[in-house]
Amino acid sequence: MALETSVIQDKLTSKFGESVTGFIQIKDIFSFEVAPSAMKEVMRYLKEDEELRFNFLTDLCGIHYPDNEKERQFAMAYHMHNWVDNVHIRFKSYLNGDNPEIDTVSDLFLSANWQERETYDFYGIIFKGHPQLKRILNMDEMTSFPMRKEFPLEDGGRTDKDDRFFGRTTDNN
Amino acid sequence: MSDLLLPPEHRYAKIIEQRKNEDGSELSVLNLGPTHPATHGIFQNILLMDGERVLDGEGTVGYIHRAFEKIAENRPFYQITPLTDRMNYCSSPINNMGWWMTLEKTLDIEVPKRVQYMRVIIMELARIADHIICNSVLGVDTGALTGFLYVFQYREKIYEIYEEICGARLTTNMGRIGGFERDWTPEVFKKINEFLEEFPAIWQEFENLLTRNRIFMDRTIGVGPISAEKAMSYGFTGPNLRAAGIDYDVRVMTPYSSYEDFDFDIPVGESGDTYDRFCVRNAEVWESLKIIRQAIDKMPEGPFHADVPDYYLPPKEDVYNNMEALIYHFKIVMGEVPVPKTETYHAVEGGNGELGFYLITDGSRTPYRLHFRRPCFIYYQAFNDMIKGQMLSDAIATLSSLNVIAGELDA
Repeated sequence: MALETSVIQDKLTSKFGESVTGFIQIKDIFSFEVAPSAMKEVMRYLKEDEELRFNFLTDLCGIHYPDNEKERQFAMAYHMHNWVDNVHIRFKSYLNGDNPEIDTVSDLFLSANWQERETYDFYGIIFKGHPQLKRILNMDEMTSFPMRKEFPLEDGGRTDKDDRFFGRTTDNN
Repeated sequence: MSDLLLPPEHRYAKIIEQRKNEDGSELSVLNLGPTHPATHGIFQNILLMDGERVLDGEGTVGYIHRAFEKIAENRPFYQITPLTDRMNYCSSPINNMGWWMTLEKTLDIEVPKRVQYMRVIIMELARIADHIICNSVLGVDTGALTGFLYVFQYREKIYEIYEEICGARLTTNMGRIGGFERDWTPEVFKKINEFLEEFPAIWQEFENLLTRNRIFMDRTIGVGPISAEKAMSYGFTGPNLRAAGIDYDVRVMTPYSSYEDFDFDIPVGESGDTYDRFCVRNAEVWESLKIIRQAIDKMPEGPFHADVPDYYLPPKEDVYNNMEALIYHFKIVMGEVPVPKTETYHAVEGGNGELGFYLITDGSRTPYRLHFRRPCFIYYQAFNDMIKGQMLSDAIATLSSLNVIAGELDA
């Protein structure tokens, strides 16, 4: 592999300092954390730097962590892929639980447009600067954000199902 | 409020009014879908038309959204395969195998070589079935119904192979953690061999019928083109990206399930238009046949599942006669399997692109978060860009050559 993960780490820390932290290899993917304020610049740098060349945004999605402290209750996970050296990376930005906001990357990668709309639709994460931030899979009239953990899967009044066997109501550790 | 947030028909009403006052032209709005024979699925396009020409369009998706990601968060791991079936229902075994491989990566399970080869065979058969549908339907949309009916009987034969393996035809729910639910019978191999013998001649005939057909070429060359650079930015993967000239294929870039053992080429196109997409898919069918032949020839002996009693259901007679087997059986069926706390991303080359599974586990019986990277959803947003300035009939051809599967689009 031509591009070592240590190179990625060194380049990012020297350029962004405290904004990028928590470098760790999880399975086959090198992962780290980026402060939401610096996320867009980090992505731009990863994409445009001549050595890093992460030219493809594979995937982005939201995650809800209601049990974390307020500042880290939402996360955006981005997967990028360098096609030249064939390296995958993933980075996450943790967002505030009451007011999740992050810059859009739809101007860096056109593919982010609908994916960000989808994330907004399901998590209510606001993408600042997105050209068309409206619901995509759910109907426009909907007011809630269904992928948040507090949103019930089914009618809570049902008595014919015992959720202990099917849901995540009990801890089975 | 930005104009883009308005419903498209309101936005277009303004433009129509404006153009009428400017130069007296009479634009119109055309509602293509949600159910229209030419869209091959439930999604709507609202198009702003100048006569027969498309000026602008906006896609409305989500008509068959079934909240798969939410449901997956509330189900034990082995119950998630039926959800993956219903995404790209034209090639469900690829989705099934992709999900099992994600799970095996999470659980660090090494799968026997025989299982990996069996998976390769079934995934390539599914790819052939997927491409049969896409290419023959493209023929239908450009006016050639015969080819469609002719090759469709071979999709039927592929479904018979699925049926022999797992009992189901369309939504297969095939496989288990670590392997298959049962070994393949000699009948399966017989059917695959029959298919390998009969199908090439038929596919050759289908190719001859369309590839150098003047009418077909006129209808598809230069229609709905996309540049390589733009395709990459739009997140294209699979045959649609390769038609634009980039040889990115997950099977080669990040081989899974022993794809590195096989010798095959990646067909690429040049201009990224409808004709190139058609040709790339045609060529891929030949490559898939090549892979299946190699896998059959090299098929190693061995078990049809990994030795993982924690995750793989024991044989029924053991469950009745042996206490340990009974305990494992009970725990697996109730979803009480040990799962580490980790994150995995695994991608497979689906029928129309990189199908990725991003799984976050927290050690409980269900995924904490499961995100499907659905290639259709990501590349379909380029559709309106691709058809701008084209005729309506070309828009239809472009749509069917993109192979947008509504189930995968909406999840």
